[in-house]
Amino acid sequence: MRLELHRLFVKDLKFGDKTGFANGTLTINKKELLNLISEDPLLGKNLDVDLAIPGDSTRIMPVKDVIEPRWKIEGKGQVFPGTLSDVETVGEGKTLVLTGAAVLTTGTLVRFQEGIIDMSGPGADYTPYSKTCNIALVLEPADPEMDKHDYEKACRIAGLKAAAYLAQCCAEVPAEKVDVFEHANIREAMGAHPGLPKVGYLYMLQTQGLLHDTYLYGVDVKQILPTILSPLEVMDGAIVSGNCVSACDKNSSYVHLNNPIIANMMKRHGQDFNFVTCIITNENVTLADKRRSSSYATKLAAMLGLDGVIISEEGFGNPDADLVMNCQKAEKQGIKTALLTDEYAGQDGASQSLADSCVEGDACVTAGNANEVIHLPPMEKVIGYPEEANVIAGGWEGSLAEDGSITVELQAITGATSELGYTKLGAYTI
Amino acid sequence: MAFRVVHYINQFYAGIGGEEKADHQPEIREGVVGPGAAFKGAFKADAEIVATVICGDSYFASNLEEATAKIIDLIKPFKPDAFVAGPAFNAGRYGTACGAICEAVSKQLGIPVVSGMYPENPGVDMFKKSHYIIETPDSAAGMRKAVPAMAALLMKLLKKEPLGKPEEEGYIERGIRKNKFYDKLAAERCVDMFVAKLKGLPFETEYKMPVFDRVLPQPAVKDMKNAVIAIVTSGGIVPKGNPDRIEASSASKYGEYDITGVDDLSSDGYRTAHGGYDATYADEDSDRVIPVDVLRDMEKEGVIKKLHNKFYSTVGNGTAVASSARFGAEIADKLVADGVTAVILTST
Repeated sequence: MRLELHRLFVKDLKFGDKTGFANGTLTINKKELLNLISEDPLLGKNLDVDLAIPGDSTRIMPVKDVIEPRWKIEGKGQVFPGTLSDVETVGEGKTLVLTGAAVLTTGTLVRFQEGIIDMSGPGADYTPYSKTCNIALVLEPADPEMDKHDYEKACRIAGLKAAAYLAQCCAEVPAEKVDVFEHANIREAMGAHPGLPKVGYLYMLQTQGLLHDTYLYGVDVKQILPTILSPLEVMDGAIVSGNCVSACDKNSSYVHLNNPIIANMMKRHGQDFNFVTCIITNENVTLADKRRSSSYATKLAAMLGLDGVIISEEGFGNPDADLVMNCQKAEKQGIKTALLTDEYAGQDGASQSLADSCVEGDACVTAGNANEVIHLPPMEKVIGYPEEANVIAGGWEGSLAEDGSITVELQAITGATSELGYTKLGAYTI
Repeated sequence: MAFRVVHYINQFYAGIGGEEKADHQPEIREGVVGPGAAFKGAFKADAEIVATVICGDSYFASNLEEATAKIIDLIKPFKPDAFVAGPAFNAGRYGTACGAICEAVSKQLGIPVVSGMYPENPGVDMFKKSHYIIETPDSAAGMRKAVPAMAALLMKLLKKEPLGKPEEEGYIERGIRKNKFYDKLAAERCVDMFVAKLKGLPFETEYKMPVFDRVLPQPAVKDMKNAVIAIVTSGGIVPKGNPDRIEASSASKYGEYDITGVDDLSSDGYRTAHGGYDATYADEDSDRVIPVDVLRDMEKEGVIKKLHNKFYSTVGNGTAVASSARFGAEIADKLVADGVTAVILTST
């Protein structure tokens, strides 16, 4: 399998007559983009598009998803298959990427489970999306009383549509850089790199209902049995996020596309280990599902004869049980594990960080304590609704001060403790 | 200008006497007394001990609150920038006093504090979460080792220099997690650790798996007919409008809600404040989280004697174990006082 990512580097955004890319600037025809997202009858009449550049005194909240603009220019399938495009598989051919740009979905809250992105100031150090040029879709439901699952879906699709549209409009521009990724099929992989350990990536996806869901080729992942997936399919949009509750450690569609665990495993492939495959698994709410999925996912790893797996969790609390089951069951079959999680150790850092535990989890990397409190000074401009700070997960009554500053736990900041390891934050014991 | 430090020692190190003088009441003397001389040497010109508080170990142990208040009053006029206590080595009552007074000074005066103890000193477990305790040998023979380490840590705190890990600075691990930015992405650190583990090379986990308090379920209720049953939930069910503003995550409180005369939780009256699950179905019918309707039926049918007229609710999402333990203890006291004989705990 071979995938080429054709990159254009977006350093600035502006509105203009024709959507396209030139000299580092992505120009957006606002009306055309608005018309596109307004097609959905589930969305209301007062939709808007706004722009935010790194360093701006701008706050965007509540943010639901972040999506990197991409469009397939060669090869079968199209980006975000099964959700936006047809169900054909992806991961081969050429895909255009507007590197440095991101579509954000914001506007009327789906439920108090969405996040905050500051483009400057102390909050900007914590979210990876303060470093991207952001196109914010400000959305509202057609009917405030409509089913929240329907509204969530409408917001999700609007973001994907906008991301695909922006990249599609730049499809004729020659790439500034081409990154080539290759991944062997299982037969080749089994014979390759003799002497190196065969490893996999056990990729846990949260699947617990509204704003906790993830989609694989359009299939709600809570309904799957664990399965194998090429890392190139992930890089080409096979996984889409519907998940933002306690936004610090939920994987946006953007970070799935740019999964840094996959990127680092691809880098070390052939040197330190033989990276055979990703194994996708879910995090459902019932004990039977947790037991079934952890047994099945680790069974796949054993069937492939893997020597080790990196396991990344998504979320906290309830999914800690899935993480521990995956770790324990892999290790009991002789498959070595390293874990990536984050922590909820209380605002003072003095409580246990995880809700479940096993002695086998002896190699654990953490993306930080999400309960730590941060003060976000006022911004000149807010895209969205700042008053939601008083109710979103990580905030409390009084989080929004009169001067516009916000005091919240890091868990309210989108991507702050990414369990795909997309930030440099971590924690240690004093 | 040198930082002003106040030092705490017991009657023994002040040269007043041993066990027979352990009821010595708190006093303060200007300047250095006893081991203060060693601190003076360690601080050099950066800090000076402006006063020394002396208190007998027995007096402190038997008059904890009074002694603490008195000592704080004695310290205040000296306007200290920092406070140091001990080292207490393996002396249990002395260690406990050092820990308690350090905790009080830190809380009430808001200045850096350091003590020093042997790891098995009971004062360590009691007070390590509240302040930095330098690890010392078990007896005064280790004074020359303990004092420079205590002085160095106190200077770092005074100068607001970043502190390293316990083994780098010589303090006893407090069990508190602190965030920091590393040079590498967490993903890269994880792949590095994975490779080390695969190759059998040494590596250091970033988080040691926790050890839990396991609470055993109580035996089943034998006499249901005479049971007064209360409902307690971490599923966040609250009257519509969330009157106590319980947080969607990391709850700082719980609510107590009267359900006298309520037979069924309708969507007009109740909601969940919980931000950690798909709340659609709990909002539609909160009986799905706390079964008031079924318990009312059982009450009418005489299966149980009574459903308690109050339920207690908090949000278990991202809420610290320390907060949960406090809520649990308070709620249990109230239930016992109200004559409740059994509780149904629901989570989500």
